[in-house]
Amino acid sequence: MTESAPTQPPAGASPWGDALLALALFAIDPPGTGVCLHAPAGPVRDAWLQNLARLVPAGTALRKMPATIGEEALLGGLDFAATLHGGRRVVQRGFLPASDGGIVLAAMAERLAPGTAAIVAATLDEGVCRAARDPAAHEKPCRFGVVALDESIAEEAVTPVLLDRLAFLIDLTPLSHHDCAGAADTIPDAQRILAARNLLGTVSVEDEVLEALCGTAAALGAGFVRAPLLALHAARASAALAGRSTATMEDAAVAARLVLAPRATRLPAEPPKDEAEPPPDSPPDEPQQDQPPQNPPDANKDESENETKNMPPEGAEMVLEAAKAAIPSGLLAQLMAADFSRPARAGAGKAGARQKGGVRGRPVGVRAAPPSPGLRLNLIETLRAAAPWQRLRRTPANASATTIKLRREDFRVTRVEQRTRTTTIFLVDASGSSALNRLAEAKGAVELLLADCYQRRDEVAVLAFRGRAAQLLLPPTRSLVRAKRSLGSLPGGGGTPLAAGLEAGFLLAETVKRGGDTPTLVLLTDGRANVSLSGEGGRVQAEQDARQAGRRLRAAGHKSLFVDISPRPSEQARRIAQDMGALYVPLPYASAAAVSSAVRAAAARR
Amino acid sequence: MREPFPFSAIVGQEEMKQALLIAAVDPVVGGVLVFGDRGTGKSTAVRALAGLLPPMRAVRDCRYHCDPAAGAALCAECQAREAPRAEILLPVPVVDMPLGATEDRVVGALDLERALAHGEKSFEPGLLARANRGFLYIDEVNLLEDHLVDLLIDVAASGENVVEREGLSVRHPARFVLVGSGNPEEGELRPQLLDRFGLSVEITTPQDIASRIDIVRRRDAYERDPAGFAAKWAPEDTRTRQRIEAARALLPGVDVPDAVLESATRLCMALGTDGLRGELTLLRAARALAALMGETTVNDGHLQRIAPSSLRHRLRRDPLDEAGSSVRVTRAMSEVFAA
Repeated sequence: MTESAPTQPPAGASPWGDALLALALFAIDPPGTGVCLHAPAGPVRDAWLQNLARLVPAGTALRKMPATIGEEALLGGLDFAATLHGGRRVVQRGFLPASDGGIVLAAMAERLAPGTAAIVAATLDEGVCRAARDPAAHEKPCRFGVVALDESIAEEAVTPVLLDRLAFLIDLTPLSHHDCAGAADTIPDAQRILAARNLLGTVSVEDEVLEALCGTAAALGAGFVRAPLLALHAARASAALAGRSTATMEDAAVAARLVLAPRATRLPAEPPKDEAEPPPDSPPDEPQQDQPPQNPPDANKDESENETKNMPPEGAEMVLEAAKAAIPSGLLAQLMAADFSRPARAGAGKAGARQKGGVRGRPVGVRAAPPSPGLRLNLIETLRAAAPWQRLRRTPANASATTIKLRREDFRVTRVEQRTRTTTIFLVDASGSSALNRLAEAKGAVELLLADCYQRRDEVAVLAFRGRAAQLLLPPTRSLVRAKRSLGSLPGGGGTPLAAGLEAGFLLAETVKRGGDTPTLVLLTDGRANVSLSGEGGRVQAEQDARQAGRRLRAAGHKSLFVDISPRPSEQARRIAQDMGALYVPLPYASAAAVSSAVRAAAARR
Repeated sequence: MREPFPFSAIVGQEEMKQALLIAAVDPVVGGVLVFGDRGTGKSTAVRALAGLLPPMRAVRDCRYHCDPAAGAALCAECQAREAPRAEILLPVPVVDMPLGATEDRVVGALDLERALAHGEKSFEPGLLARANRGFLYIDEVNLLEDHLVDLLIDVAASGENVVEREGLSVRHPARFVLVGSGNPEEGELRPQLLDRFGLSVEITTPQDIASRIDIVRRRDAYERDPAGFAAKWAPEDTRTRQRIEAARALLPGVDVPDAVLESATRLCMALGTDGLRGELTLLRAARALAALMGETTVNDGHLQRIAPSSLRHRLRRDPLDEAGSSVRVTRAMSEVFAA
């Protein structure tokens, strides 16, 4: 146990230093957990990965998993070609079982299909790999760590199913390779990691530490059970790295900083009690929290149900401070502005879900294709295709009449079709000129549409623009619960940055399209743009910008509907609608029902 | 494979545990839907149930583990077997349906291996076959693909899986308790599928720090030593198992007085639940609950305890009504039972 004062939220802890610390903690015990590395491909990410390769135990394989990997390839399955050729069962080893004891590098993790992510997550949880077809034969130990290489921008994100299980969420995007220089000496060497690994099993955790971590997780809204558990493991690893056999508040602070802070969804409320709490910058009165009684190393203290208090104990303050200081400043501002969780995370994990021509969906016929994992071989059609050629293919050498000679070109796979969904993007003018009551109608229309489309499984998103910029109020979702909550606080007033709104709509539409869905834009505005794209006032420039943004939408081929909600439909609005290639619908006295039925009619027409 | 987390070691979440136990006592109640935030122990509870259930008798070598006493409900293969069929004791299956499961895996398909290697046309059972007489667990049920939902709706109602594809024509029993879980923030469920679930439970993250700490502590202890942890909770789990067995024995004799029947009807009318299914489920669940509590007569108390789970997902949706369904059920209950 150390006598030094616990490290305060290291004001100077560089992001790179933290990234390396997380790396070290992860390398101590990779199986069952992981790191989400948010960074573009480049020298910074490569430097981090090189360090990882250096620190993991000798012989640990780092295997790259492509985002498009199919279920068969992931879990293993029958190798069609070899089975046919050999006339006996040939099993292809899956990617996950082959990664047992190693580390999986999930490339482009934000594009991972939800099904794939769910399988990886379940295997992480259970440490056992269950192959798809043959449960008895395929249940084998499969323990690995995951490094998710997240290259997402804008609305993309790694699916929460996977993210929940990765202890360290590291953001390297703001770093350049200059930042990675000086910190080289802070990286523990492989030997220290090895020593820590040996120590890890014996590290005990004080109740106080546990309480502090749970309290911090709760105060930050960082998620429950998994987040504090991951933090607990990190605290243990941190103690082992320092050569201690007991995790202290110092370790808890490290864990809170690295594990809990990136998951914060809200700012902690001011501590409701305990006025004596030290200001965050002065060293807290650590004596009683830093020298916990020596407990037996066994952490099995489940029965002590009522000994815990209802509030986080004093030590938790320090841990909370550590976490708070580590919340990225941009996020802080965002959290202050709105009380809902990060929009970027929301609705995530659906990207890539609806690949066309994939393995899922309704069968709609067959096509010729060589068998490959993930495709559904249609045996009957394959045999039918091969039948006419049998006599020709028979050679004196293998004239036995009982075997069927199949060739590559005979293979037929089942073609499946998946209906793509429509995502309706509402682009709502929330400026002062669009009378405020329009907003209420827009909200009503969204809710009515959602109530209707949850049966069709279509999605709805809402963007609002006012003042100088556009804001994503509701990321694409099917959830009525969520829509209501996000739309409840739609603010109004200010200028009309129509161009910025169209631009935001365009970007969201592109994201939706990349995810495999069909976006439809519904613009509710009076068309009286008076803020240009650069945020300047002035009608002329504003209109020019808006028309240009509109043309871009048209060029990209996104369907759109322009609902003119001004009392007198204007020529200006009509011009912009024309540029967008939008269906122009003047609805001067739009009611929620009228808007929603116009949208439905427009959707049906196309 | 490591031990599942012991059912008894789950902190709180009484409504969910009650619903799962009721489904274990009387599968006819029709499944459980658990809605709540991620990480609230939904999957843990369902998997824990597997370790809790008393084993069942099954025909040996039957791919659908038929009940030897089932008579006409036996699968075709068992019907063909000689009358004194060999029996074995099997654990009740709790089958996970992973997100992204393909249709072949769910309903079963042509056994490619045998077809390719031996030229035989035979059926390879899917998840529905494995779940027969047990539980089929679907995590993230609201993200399930449409064509699988259609399939499940049909099988869950008929208790039979009919496969007509790739030259196969197979039908086999597939009676299972459907357990679904999901996060309502991620999407809604089709009303038809919603209706197939007998009970629905909403679970929330515990707000007090003490029980949160408790949960994390138990979870941590479990992860460090699964076998030891399971052994520690085994006596408690055994007691729960005995309770289930006793309740099953008691269930046929549980009596529903007319007055209770009337209260149930009035409650359903007050809530305007569509169809008879709500009422039926309410009564069945109340009977199972009474049996679980060791009582032989259903009273209003049982009804009140089970009404929110039985009815909240059957209310007609009104997108502009702000009040949640649970609130509406409670409101109706206070009106009906006050009278």
